[in-house]
Amino acid sequence: MDITSTNTSWTNICAANDLTPDAGICALFNEQQVAIFLCQQNNSVYAVANFDPFGGANVLSRGIIGSTQDITYVASPLYKQRFNLVTGECLDSDEHQLKTFNVRIENEQVQLKEAS
Amino acid sequence: MSKQRIIVVGNGMVGHKFIDTIIGNEQSEFEVITFSEESRLAYDRVQLSYFFSGKTADDLALTDAAYYQENGIKFVLNDKVVELDFENKNVITASGRIESYDKLVLATGSFPFVPPIPGNDQEHCHVYRTIDDLEDITKSGDSSKTGVVIGGGLLGLEAGNALVNLGVETHIVEFAPRLMAVQLDDGGGALLKRKIEELGVQVHTEKATTEIVAGETSRYRMNFADGTFLETDMIIFSAGIRPQDELARLSGIPIGERGGIVINNHCQTGVDDVYAIGECALWDNFIFGLVAPGYQMAKVAAAHIHGDAETTFTGADMSTKLKLLGVDVASIGEVHGQTPGAQSYTYHDEIEQVYKRLIVSADGTKMVGAVLVGDVDAYGTLLQLKLNDMKLPANPSVLILPSSGGEEAAGMGVDALPDTAAICSCFDVSKGDIKNAVAAGCCSMGELKASTKAATGCGGCSALAKQVLDSELASLGFEVKKDICEHFAYSRQELTDIIRVKKIKTFSALLSECGSGLGCEICKPAVGSILASYWNAYVLEDAHVGLQDTNDNYLGNMQKDGTYSVVPRIPGGEVTPDGLIVIGQVAKEFNLYTKITGGARVDLFGAQLHELPAIWKKLVDAGFETGHAYGKSLRTVKACVGNTWCRYGVKNSIGFAIDLENRYKGLRSPHKVKFGVSGCTRECAEAQGKDFGLIATDGGWNLYFGGNGGMRPRHGDLFASDLTDQQLRTYVDRIYMFYIRTADRLQRTSVWLENLEGGIEYLRDVIINDSLNINAELEAEMENNIENYQCEWKTTIESPEKLKRFKHFINSKEEDTGLAFKVIRGQRFPLAKEIEITELV
Ligand SMILES: Cc1cc2nc3c(=O)[nH]c(=O)nc-3n(C[C@H](O)[C@H](O)[C@H](O)COP(=O)(O)OP(=O)(O)OC[C@H]3O[C@@H](n4cnc5c(N)ncnc54)[C@H](O)[C@@H]3O)c2cc1C
Ligand code: SF4
Repeated sequence: MDITSTNTSWTNICAANDLTPDAGICALFNEQQVAIFLCQQNNSVYAVANFDPFGGANVLSRGIIGSTQDITYVASPLYKQRFNLVTGECLDSDEHQLKTFNVRIENEQVQLKEAS
Repeated sequence: MSKQRIIVVGNGMVGHKFIDTIIGNEQSEFEVITFSEESRLAYDRVQLSYFFSGKTADDLALTDAAYYQENGIKFVLNDKVVELDFENKNVITASGRIESYDKLVLATGSFPFVPPIPGNDQEHCHVYRTIDDLEDITKSGDSSKTGVVIGGGLLGLEAGNALVNLGVETHIVEFAPRLMAVQLDDGGGALLKRKIEELGVQVHTEKATTEIVAGETSRYRMNFADGTFLETDMIIFSAGIRPQDELARLSGIPIGERGGIVINNHCQTGVDDVYAIGECALWDNFIFGLVAPGYQMAKVAAAHIHGDAETTFTGADMSTKLKLLGVDVASIGEVHGQTPGAQSYTYHDEIEQVYKRLIVSADGTKMVGAVLVGDVDAYGTLLQLKLNDMKLPANPSVLILPSSGGEEAAGMGVDALPDTAAICSCFDVSKGDIKNAVAAGCCSMGELKASTKAATGCGGCSALAKQVLDSELASLGFEVKKDICEHFAYSRQELTDIIRVKKIKTFSALLSECGSGLGCEICKPAVGSILASYWNAYVLEDAHVGLQDTNDNYLGNMQKDGTYSVVPRIPGGEVTPDGLIVIGQVAKEFNLYTKITGGARVDLFGAQLHELPAIWKKLVDAGFETGHAYGKSLRTVKACVGNTWCRYGVKNSIGFAIDLENRYKGLRSPHKVKFGVSGCTRECAEAQGKDFGLIATDGGWNLYFGGNGGMRPRHGDLFASDLTDQQLRTYVDRIYMFYIRTADRLQRTSVWLENLEGGIEYLRDVIINDSLNINAELEAEMENNIENYQCEWKTTIESPEKLKRFKHFINSKEEDTGLAFKVIRGQRFPLAKEIEITELV
């Protein structure tokens, strides 16, 4: 039996055109809330946990995408802490870090996978 | 010669600080051994309660084995020192270990006092001092429905917060008639009690527990001296601390009458080569139950061992500012009326729940103490006044009156502080230190923190440190950069011009025209607002969605738990009974918390994302429009009924107000804008406190501009008098548009006006005399806006494509499971997930 199958295979989440360019959506994946962002300017998709550890609410998918130097981040809509969308690190405090997920667009489908 | 040997008994916060100080930076001339009764090296006890919001023992650690090993410090954990042999200069531990010393430092801290109540030693009875205690409390919490904290002091309230976080019904039982009896006076204690009770914690004062016996409905029953009782499943004792002086006492070191190891100004005890520091030490008959004085003692003892007899301990300030169960509380100096002849000023606002008391010397020139509950903004100013023994302003009450706690208002700017003023007490950084750092090239808070450590401890001084930094920079002639952010080397006004002149319609076009990177949470909403106010397009066009703050994006104000508020527009505050009924029905159906606002409309709170369209469908069907409460745009036009009903009214203020509100609704601006319209000079609509204020007179309208409430209230300046309806509309059109064009991001009209070179005179010249020759343009822009108005909610609910975004999960119908509510006064409130805990200055 392959116990790790949920961790190694890609799961379809929604259609690619369900994503709004330069904004986020929230998906339910393995019982976790995942914020997925499509950044049109650099043509990338990102996925991190939706829970804002500072505000204590599931809201990060509703934050604004931004960049500083070469880092692409999302700023929490509650108290504006910024989180690196690639590593999940918080740029404003080392108190919290977000879990990240693997994400891709394949056959017009947005897919998620647990980061190994 | 062999190295001197120092033994440190106790590896708590202060013991560790001492070790850190004595080893210094250079090759150490000492051999250090430390013993701890606990199973861990020093950790941050001050932040102990964060254990309940997810911090681990590792997060709290102040040091680790590797650091000690690298620096040649030997440490023995889990072994209590039980005997001191001064003759042979040895210490002996419980496990039988014997070590010799040249210098001995006692840093044994204190222990929680457990009142001698029969039954106090049962299972699920705890104290609150160590990580181990907290682990035990967590375990008890798992099997408890109710919990009681005995003791309503500072630590008791922290323990109460812990119980709330564990999800048990929480009670606080206090022997004295008020909470925080040491720091607060009666008024402050009473308000604190009320505020805490509103959070669902039950407070019982004047209760002396006589015994703890088996309960009927819960595990235990606490019987009180007055014959009442309380049932509970677990108990935390927090009835004060006692210095841990047993070891010293047994060995014959002089102890104070009520405990504590007696020390002198060098932290030396009555026995040669033996020092005592931290909470176990008694200086001038006083025990300091805070960490900062302990740290000072550690420095003094280390200096003395290094042969420096100049550095002495001279007492410490016990002022505190903290957040207990979410309530701001501060206490400075002496507050219990022990100073002869002292007089006091009290400010008590029962509506806003603020209590402030300022105690001054008999002649009214110096400050004696202060108590602040509910609003502690004045803390920084008051503390500096007290610490530096500064002369009070002529009318000291301004220091605690609303809006006057601020630095400038009281004429107590940071410039007035002496260089010796302590700004950061955690790291002992004075104003002079900050000046030196700036002189040495430091020009941001980040650099200041790195070079002086200021504001890196509890953080309570960061606002003050920033003010000192800014004023230093300014006095050295540094210019503050006006660039909006790193992506555009332009101010908001310059971006506005670029967008207008080049007719730019999207953020990405602007970015490729004159920006770099991807943008950020500063420039995106600012540009979104400029685009909206020039082209007045629907804010949820795909190209604009990513620009907006979540509020604009989901057409509601996001609240702390991620839900939104719903605010239908009620122009002028006039609403039909039927309209009001629909609002009530909607609120009831969706279980929304309902409140009448100061802006004469109704706020409905707690709507979840997926509910917003259904809620708005009902409101729009009933004829309501969005109130734009989420946008930086026109908010409300507050008006009295004027000559339609009022005996004194000279003009139809309500009718005119409704016209104005409909004219400017939806218009995006650098910040929110409010209007007030009064029907006569009695000014019942408080129009002068609004951005645009209109007051009817026999000769026509008086127009005031630039007023606002909020943090720094200001009355508007009189712009023109005796205007006709038409003149008034034209002037407002022009001023409004001129403001939108030229103000900075998030600049209210008041600040814009104050920064406008030439002030109101200049504005009159532009608007009335058309000195810049732009009025035709301004009016045309305004007309265009008014024509393009749409109710964003109406547009949204008519577009299935846009509605897709209004659900919590893109791939599931489930709701956000993270939401939780509690009912207070018959309505739903969000359940606080993590109430902030003590932050001490
Ligand atoms: C929940 C909580 C919140 C607090 N919040 C604040 C705050 O916000 N601001 C503030 O300034 N202060 C606060 N304090 C107080 C602060 O923690 C103390 O002032 C500080 O820890 C005192 O340091 P210390 O080293 O003197 O004592 P401790 O930190 O108690 O260290 C003493 C150590 O010595 C050990 N020891 C004792 N006897 C022996 C022996 N015979 N042999 C070996 N080891 C021994 C003890 O086990 C202990 O580990 C708080 C305290 C608590 C419990
Ligand atoms: S401002 Fe004048 S008209 Fe309006 S309610 Fe007051 S008294 Fe009446």
